[in-house]
Amino acid sequence: MKDHDAKGIPHTTPRQSATFTQDANSDIRRAAATGIYDIRGGGAKRKVPHFDDLLFLGASISRYPLEGYREKCGTDVTLGGRHASNPIKLDIPITIAGMSFGALSGPAKEALGRGASAAGTSTTTGDGGMTPEERGHSSKLVYQYLPSRYGMNPDDLRKADAIEIVVGQGAKPGGGGMLLGQKISDRVAEMRNLPKGIDQRSSCRHPDWTGPDDLEIKILELREITGWKVPIYVKVAGARPYFDTTLAVKAGADVVVLDGMQGGTAATQDVFIEHVGQPTLACIRPAVRALQDLGMHREVQLIVSGGIRNGADVAKAMALGADAVAIGTAALIALGDNDPKWENEYNALGTTAGAYDDWHEGQDPAGITTQDPELMKRFDPVEGGRRLRNYLKVLTLEAQTIARACGKNHMHNLEPEDLVALTMEAAAMAQVPLAGTDWYPGKPGTSY
Amino acid sequence: MQTFDLEAQGLRALNSTLHAQAENTNQTHWEIINPKGSHAIAVGLDAPIEVNVKGSTGYYCAGMNKQATVHVHGSAGPGTAENMMSGTVIVEGDASQYAGATGHGGTLIIKGNASSRCGISMKGIDIIVHGNIGHMSAFMAQSGNIVVCGDAGDALGDSCYEARFFVRGSVKSLGADCIEKEMRPEHIKMLEELLERGGCDAKASEFKRYGSARTLYNFDVDNAAAY
Repeated sequence: MKDHDAKGIPHTTPRQSATFTQDANSDIRRAAATGIYDIRGGGAKRKVPHFDDLLFLGASISRYPLEGYREKCGTDVTLGGRHASNPIKLDIPITIAGMSFGALSGPAKEALGRGASAAGTSTTTGDGGMTPEERGHSSKLVYQYLPSRYGMNPDDLRKADAIEIVVGQGAKPGGGGMLLGQKISDRVAEMRNLPKGIDQRSSCRHPDWTGPDDLEIKILELREITGWKVPIYVKVAGARPYFDTTLAVKAGADVVVLDGMQGGTAATQDVFIEHVGQPTLACIRPAVRALQDLGMHREVQLIVSGGIRNGADVAKAMALGADAVAIGTAALIALGDNDPKWENEYNALGTTAGAYDDWHEGQDPAGITTQDPELMKRFDPVEGGRRLRNYLKVLTLEAQTIARACGKNHMHNLEPEDLVALTMEAAAMAQVPLAGTDWYPGKPGTSY
Repeated sequence: MQTFDLEAQGLRALNSTLHAQAENTNQTHWEIINPKGSHAIAVGLDAPIEVNVKGSTGYYCAGMNKQATVHVHGSAGPGTAENMMSGTVIVEGDASQYAGATGHGGTLIIKGNASSRCGISMKGIDIIVHGNIGHMSAFMAQSGNIVVCGDAGDALGDSCYEARFFVRGSVKSLGADCIEKEMRPEHIKMLEELLERGGCDAKASEFKRYGSARTLYNFDVDNAAAY
């Protein structure tokens, strides 16, 4: 491109709009060409305040550290002791979030069970019911109780180690789901009691209860059916975390699962994923405050999910008051999703490794988010399980490293005082001081 | 006949006692007295026993039932026989909203009226109502049958899949993608069997059949206005 015209007058530099970005323009062109909104998997991709905006202070004269490789730093967690006679005891505070058979292949679900069990933690079913592969390979399995009730039955309910009533999901608070027809194999169709090949809609709200008073009775029913043995979790999206946590606890939940907007989904409208809900970081402190106000912090456990990637994220979530975290997208990446080794095939699908999110279309080159028998053959559940176990181990070691540096002999001893924030936004959301100050926006006793 | 006083002995004792009944139990007949609208009565049963509840029940009576026959000698609260797998549930009076919700199998017989969302998201259950059913009944119903000897409220069968609805009286309105369908001989035969099972004093020839037009099975933007 010439930098001047024929008369020698300089051109201005071509300037891209900060409002009409290349991304925004491509969305407009796609909408104009198709007449329908974009559906994709995954969580919010926009940049939001996150755990990266927090730092640990580590030890100093007033705090002494624990020896990194010698001194004990506990990672175990017990979930659901409030009412259940058999609470879940995990070796590590990192669980596998709910992902459906249907969205994922059978071997992928098996790998999640293998990896989680080897690491001493739980995995979770999803919409579509419980598969024998998953139950068989998961030493601790949480059975999701979803609005669609696809595959729901009392026999599987009694096989579960815990029940998770799903009220909301961080990627789509207030939204349901859709499993497109191309992923409805004979087996998926049979489990969901619907014809093969049709789009299967998952409802956005439960068919037989509305509101917290009904939820309390629903929890009573599930406890009666399972003999008050297993914990009942209630999963809420990061929408109104203070009130949702309060209401879930008042309804009788043993555990609250809180999923921020970076939490993934198998398929939802892009506009929904990016514009509804709150960042994970913004949700934790209000939920913890709700538990504290009820005198239930640590008695009812809080599991946080949505954007957990490394041990620092785990430690930060726990320092802010979570009892454990859950991973979904990170677990899929550990299994091999979006691996650059499939780059040519991602390119053929019009995308690139790391950006592939059309999980609902069933063409996953890694053979994980598909029901295509040929693609599924690419994925080895034993190897996948090993990779997930390794990843969970690293997350745990990283989190322990940080906890020891902060002088904590158990992950649960991490506290907000161990943290500072790098930005005003993160300081306000996490309610920890802006680095170099003793202040955060909204701090009690300050007028701003 | 075993008699259980729910008020005196409590819900936990009731359900654990009924759950303890094995496949070959000889304690096959149970009578529950003083239910007084309690919730979660006789939930999660899995034995061929008969349970007679002498009075009205609260939420989720006979929820997730398998094999058992639960007979409510009164009216039933919301979610009666929700997610039932097999067996029979009979309500002598009226049933509140969500009766038979997500039921996978078995038969729910309501001798009075059923409120809104009867058979919502049903997955194989047969629901036979001697009276009327309320609005939004059979929403997203997947499979199974609803027989209504009276009238149906607004938006019957909205977004339904393969379930069938037989209504003798009027239908206030049909939901999205639900249409009236031809009553072929196989449907008459099926309905006669359902009417007999439900103890209904009605003739199959008096009913109309409704079900999915199957135009919304695959999402199409041109149908967006129908949702």
